[in-house]
Amino acid sequence: MTDRQLADLVRALVVPESDAAMWASLRTHTQARIGLGRAGSALPTRHRLELQAAHAAARDAVHSPFEPELVAAALTGVPTVRVRSAAPDRLTYLQRPDLGRRLDDLDRAHLPRGDWDVVFVVADGLSSRAVHEHAAAVIRATTSLLPGDWSVAPVVLAEQARVALGDDIAHALGATMVVVLIGERPGMSAADSLGAYLTYAPVPGTTTDADRNCLSNIRPPLGLSHGAAAAKLAALMGRARELGATGVALKDEFSPPPPLPVP
Amino acid sequence: MTTYTAALGGRSHRFDGLAALLAAASPERSGDRLAGLAAESAQARVAARWALAEVPLAQFLAEPVIPYEDDDVTRLIVDTHDAAAFAPVAGLTVGEFREWLLSSTADAGALAALAPGLTPEMVAAVSKLMGNADLVAVARKVRVVTAFRSTIGLPGRLATRLQPNHPTDDPAGVAAALLDGLLLGSGDAVIGINPATDSPKAVRDLLELLDGVIARYDIPTQSCVLCHVTTSIDLMERGAPVDLVFQSIAGTQAANASFGVTLGLLDEAHEGAKALGRGTVGHNALYFETGQGSALSADAHHGVDQQTVEARAYAVARRYDPLLVNTVVGFIGPEYLYDGRQILRAALEDHFCGKLLGLPMGLDICYTNHADADDDDIATMLTMLGVAGASFVICTPGGDDIMLNYQSASYHDALYLREVLGLRPAPEFEAWLERIGLLDDGGGIRDVAGTAHPLMTIGKELAA
Repeated sequence: MTDRQLADLVRALVVPESDAAMWASLRTHTQARIGLGRAGSALPTRHRLELQAAHAAARDAVHSPFEPELVAAALTGVPTVRVRSAAPDRLTYLQRPDLGRRLDDLDRAHLPRGDWDVVFVVADGLSSRAVHEHAAAVIRATTSLLPGDWSVAPVVLAEQARVALGDDIAHALGATMVVVLIGERPGMSAADSLGAYLTYAPVPGTTTDADRNCLSNIRPPLGLSHGAAAAKLAALMGRARELGATGVALKDEFSPPPPLPVP
Repeated sequence: MTTYTAALGGRSHRFDGLAALLAAASPERSGDRLAGLAAESAQARVAARWALAEVPLAQFLAEPVIPYEDDDVTRLIVDTHDAAAFAPVAGLTVGEFREWLLSSTADAGALAALAPGLTPEMVAAVSKLMGNADLVAVARKVRVVTAFRSTIGLPGRLATRLQPNHPTDDPAGVAAALLDGLLLGSGDAVIGINPATDSPKAVRDLLELLDGVIARYDIPTQSCVLCHVTTSIDLMERGAPVDLVFQSIAGTQAANASFGVTLGLLDEAHEGAKALGRGTVGHNALYFETGQGSALSADAHHGVDQQTVEARAYAVARRYDPLLVNTVVGFIGPEYLYDGRQILRAALEDHFCGKLLGLPMGLDICYTNHADADDDDIATMLTMLGVAGASFVICTPGGDDIMLNYQSASYHDALYLREVLGLRPAPEFEAWLERIGLLDDGGGIRDVAGTAHPLMTIGKELAA
């Protein structure tokens, strides 16, 4: 390392107070990683390691195995049933979205058919951590807000599951409506974010995202709280029942988040 | 349908039609496997390449991979093919074309003259016979120069898109990330924001913000809020300060329809942008993003492999003389490009094909957290694409996009690339950096932390 590079490094690590104050103030407006300083052209060591830590948390969230028994335990007194998608493992799941949308044939036979108004599906998705931390609480809070005449199917705990697996599950159970609580794709600042997708009268293979309503970023304390998510979900479910539809037909006064732009 | 065959490994391999042959010849990637188009074995893949090497380039004009009557992108490709420009290579096979491209005959002038004579399928085909080094060696010979308020694509230059995204489009949050990027010498290709919503009002607010910054500090660059083309058309009619009109595009009519886009709409947007005449040193006013896998994701690929469909998107792009085109190469996820190796290959292919077809090709060198990739893959891709002569790369603060939740190159990464390859910003922007005292003696970006630099003063005003 040259003297010049060393001087750069020291300067980058010891940002003068006035600058530090400026960046601290600017950071109140954005979580973006601004004002990181420099080590030559590169990032200072601390920031490089912080980025790696965030990436590691996200990677671990994607690859940590789903533990349905944790969710079942947190749902004491609520009947549950465990299923798997047709994707046998995480590697297949990541490369074959079609398999993650389809029930394993043996598991399909285990689902209790009935005259259910709604089934809650807990799906690992891309973050089992999000599901472990938030799914049971959201289900408890939501069911407590539903009128007494709703018949709620056993909660289905689904492994290697995508959102559309809920269509297959609802169809097999004979449920009118499905709520899929799924681990969202982890970002660098959120590895525990839960999404909720509501679909009325789903048909496997035909239902599309345009037929669903979505709540995103359920992640207290920074994101949506369990109680607020439950209130929105219960309200949406009531209106879906009146309207006999979800998706674009059910305009959401809660302004759903925009879909991710496709490249 | 023509049948193609090749003998390899003690057996004969057969491919029914050009689309199947191209797909089987493609390097391994998860998206082609998902679509059921990938070669059935490693030997079948090489057999397909033997067969492909023997196919005359002229065959691609005779056998469209998607029928002329079914798809307006095919019609665009066929109807605008320039036979005179094609003449120098009209007698070659795909294998011979690879060798011609690598030879000294194929210099910048020859490649520029040839571009209108090439179709996306020809370019995709030859890329499948090329190694990563071939893709670099040929692409770096191509020069595509475009301009608006800055000039993109000159030799020895690398431009950057400054991407100050914010999850709620908060103006102060956007301004803070924008300032951070300017201090690190970023933003000569475009200051481009992906808005959190497509509402005309929200987009207009962002446009006014960017226009204000560009005007106030007299920055020779252009802004873009990456909304849907219909929103831009609407805003242009209402007099909003639209520099570049953006749209995501794909390589088939049906995939474009899934984006809510038709060629007619793009024609209208192009006319509107030209009529505004907001450019100073040039009038290329469109900005396109593409990416392998989008047609498959929309169930609109017609049995064509994802790399060939991607090249077809470039035929759509070149119709509009865009200022910038980039592939968002690693954004789509592991079901299309599984890991860093597949993303790197796709990045090199997209850049090569775009450049050969005459586009000002840049990249969003990026990955998502569910793909098997990390910041070392970004470094590898950046370095190879820098050597390959990419027109621009996208940069975000610390490489972490907090709105789209993916990792891209950072402002620092662009500094690295300029430093190790001796690349400089767009000339107009470089002169501006010099004027405001951000350029150091070696042509790099001065570190102004702790000084009373005017931009730091802006930051302090913003922070107050």
